[in-house]
Amino acid sequence: MIKLSNLVASYTTARGQVNAVDGVNLQIPSEYIVGIAGESGCGKTTLIRVIYGDMSPPLSLEKGEVRYGFCDANGTEVTSDNIGDYWSKRISYIPQSSMSSLNPVTRIRKQFTDFLDYDKGRAELLDEVRAYVKNLDLPPEAIDAYPHELSGGMRQRILVAMATFFQPDILLADEPTTALDVVVQKGILLMLKRLQEQMQNTIILVSHDMGVHYQIAQKMLIMYAAKVVEFGDTREVFEAPLHPYTRFMIESLPTIGDDRVRQSVRGRPPSLWEDLKGCRFAPRCPMATERCRSEEPALREYRPGQFVACHYVERSLQ
Amino acid sequence: MMETILKTDSLNKVYRLGGLIHRARIDALDDVNLDIKSDQPIIIGLVGESGSGKTTFAKVILHLVEPTSGRVIVYDRLVAGKGDKPTGQELLHTVQPIFQDPYAAFSSYQTVNSYLERTAMRVNQLSRTEAVDAVEEALTSVGLKYEDVRGKYPNQFSGGELQRASVARALIPRPKMVIADEPVSMIDASLRMSVINLFLTLKQEYKTSFLYITHDLTIAYYVCDYITILYRGAIFESGPAKAVLTDPQHPYTKLLLESVPRTNRKWDHKQIALSDIETKEYQFEGCKFYNRCPIAADICVHDRPAPVKKEDGRVVYCHFV
Amino acid sequence: MRLNLRLKIGLSILTVFVLGSLILPLFNEVYPSKQGAYRKNLPMSREHLLGTNSLGQDISWFLIFAVRNSLLLGVAVSLCTSFLSLIIGLSAGYIRGWFDRVVMLVTDSFVCIPSFPILIVLGTLFRGSARFSILGIILVVFGWAWNARTVRSMALSLRERDFIGTAKYSGTSTLAIILKEIFPYVYGYGIVGFINSILWVINTEAALAVIGLSNLETPTLGSIIFWALNYNAMFTGQYAWVVAPVVATSLLFLGLFLTSTGYNDLFSARRGRIHDQA
Repeated sequence: MIKLSNLVASYTTARGQVNAVDGVNLQIPSEYIVGIAGESGCGKTTLIRVIYGDMSPPLSLEKGEVRYGFCDANGTEVTSDNIGDYWSKRISYIPQSSMSSLNPVTRIRKQFTDFLDYDKGRAELLDEVRAYVKNLDLPPEAIDAYPHELSGGMRQRILVAMATFFQPDILLADEPTTALDVVVQKGILLMLKRLQEQMQNTIILVSHDMGVHYQIAQKMLIMYAAKVVEFGDTREVFEAPLHPYTRFMIESLPTIGDDRVRQSVRGRPPSLWEDLKGCRFAPRCPMATERCRSEEPALREYRPGQFVACHYVERSLQ
Repeated sequence: MMETILKTDSLNKVYRLGGLIHRARIDALDDVNLDIKSDQPIIIGLVGESGSGKTTFAKVILHLVEPTSGRVIVYDRLVAGKGDKPTGQELLHTVQPIFQDPYAAFSSYQTVNSYLERTAMRVNQLSRTEAVDAVEEALTSVGLKYEDVRGKYPNQFSGGELQRASVARALIPRPKMVIADEPVSMIDASLRMSVINLFLTLKQEYKTSFLYITHDLTIAYYVCDYITILYRGAIFESGPAKAVLTDPQHPYTKLLLESVPRTNRKWDHKQIALSDIETKEYQFEGCKFYNRCPIAADICVHDRPAPVKKEDGRVVYCHFV
Repeated sequence: MRLNLRLKIGLSILTVFVLGSLILPLFNEVYPSKQGAYRKNLPMSREHLLGTNSLGQDISWFLIFAVRNSLLLGVAVSLCTSFLSLIIGLSAGYIRGWFDRVVMLVTDSFVCIPSFPILIVLGTLFRGSARFSILGIILVVFGWAWNARTVRSMALSLRERDFIGTAKYSGTSTLAIILKEIFPYVYGYGIVGFINSILWVINTEAALAVIGLSNLETPTLGSIIFWALNYNAMFTGQYAWVVAPVVATSLLFLGLFLTSTGYNDLFSARRGRIHDQA
């Protein structure tokens, strides 16, 4: 269980300070593939960075903490303060566009060893890495190649392999397949699914593509304007979405074979620079009342395992 | 009355990369032959993954790149290739672009409405007052108000609004065909439909055809009447959109459709063969899909498949159809 | 427009120099080049702030006029070279084709010419009595080519951008595209190039003067140093004569450099913000 308690993370820029994650309170069950969905500016990348513990300026954790569900050598639970000690070993992170961010003048293997400290010798470690990569049906020679010699899809698969080499308890992936072709994307997502089944760990996957979540995420959380608005089993979120935003978003997506007319969600997300009161979706919500505009709905468990932040769930389900 | 909406004759575009030692030849467009006719304006989808040649096709049709050989004809007017090319003005009334990134489609240093006004005055040859009316009309048809647009710079708009302004600008000259290169891929999913639905209404309102270039099969299904699937510069399948995407006949089209992450049906967890070194595939003598095709045979190695016409109006480039 | 610290410091220094060199000469009574106007080799005092030199000139007045003349020369030459390099670079980079090739042939020839040796040769021809204007023209001839290349490469990459396509399909003429679409993106670099060019002009003039190849009658930063070296000021203890112009030149350069890089920072930040979407 990964516990997120009252997380507030902000960016400090020349313009001022803005809370990219503004009060997230959630317990993410372990050993699932959990998808974080939402659109640009909703805070999903920031949330992933907070979970990873990568809080370098201008990003800072204003309030709250994360508890990871495993303990350190002394038996105390690991929290945001010391999660850095466990990077790559028990928690791993594949950032957005990481396959384009590899150093073009060093071989992949060097970028791998640069980032780890390990007990054994370098050569021995690399042999083990090659064997591991081979087991995943990837060519072990790719480790010795330069990034530009591999295709985008191959690079990403190698990055996934390296991120899972130490069998971390938690793997965080931010838009791992966004820039890739649909066929390559399927391969990588299925690879992640197989890895999760083998390692029995938690994978948290950020994607703006709802289809990706439908295919491989067992649980899903929807973010809107720096808040979590819905969380639960993916299937239930798709079949019976509780939050109006989720519902409108899912209904706006076209599907092959379905000829119904689709509409955008009207309006646009609020700017996080403004003073936001009440429910952040209220300006766009057709059911919004005065209560919605002044009182912020808390995330509560509406059905077993399904959480939603809305005052009028019953009304919206009609 | 049937018109030839889009026709290409053996369109080729070859890029040569590299220095003296490692020369790679990329056939970005490899003998593309299209002949799409219709009696009303249609939305033609050009679908392909990265490296398929769809962006090159857009550049050729917009005169931003010269084809190596072959011609492109839009509504009976030659727009690219050797021959009687249209004058500048004629070209601007035949095709108009909409680019992928709305923020890159305008200079950050100029107001958005200045582009629209300029189009009305210079392309439509209108006076300043007439131009203002034309701009207002165009903006209204995309759901924007002139007062909300006037005097604003690109970074003051949301992506969806800016893209709609782009659409408005493209329609001012009443072009025969609008070339839209991935027009919604940089817009949030929940806001895309407002732009995509526009294409459907404007097609009727302005009697304009669209060439919709995308890698997103789901959107292609929703908005296109006719679709062409490209792979490494070659057409694999072409035909009525709904038919091709619900009943694909080319192995590659089938592979694509199996790989789209749908929201109503889970994937078949088959292993898929990934593409090998890309430059090799471009120059392959036979069918370019040979390395990944589940039904490939010896004939596919040397013989490029000829187009096979089907009853529903589609064309498939495969030996085994 | 919030100026960063670097820019503030740079502009402050430059303002002092510019205002000082433009206003103070109005209060001057005796033209500083006039030799023997005062007693020779006087030490620093209230009457002669930096003392007088071996030619009987007041050093501080000479220095003020020198700064003024060097700055005027720098600005005049730089305006010309900036104008030339922008026009040539932008048009070659955007229009391409044979026009680009011809223009680049000429430009590259100028880039490859070793300017300093040739300037020395020309300098020996004039032998210290070159008219200031001739010197300026020669510096323009040697100064435009390098920046033209850089501007051209900027135009080359800018012309591929989508908004140029939008402009073309909006009926924009080629000239309008160069001036209204491409130029604004090059403008910031143009300013930086302008300031760097001033640096280059002052530096080259000073270097030529020090070897005696400029107009040595006119007070410039270079000619002060020339005369000071000529009269062995360091050895005769007339430190003010040598040190003052060196310090002045260094400060001026510092001001120009800080302004140039500070503006560059500001410009790229602003460009970044413009391109930053909500």
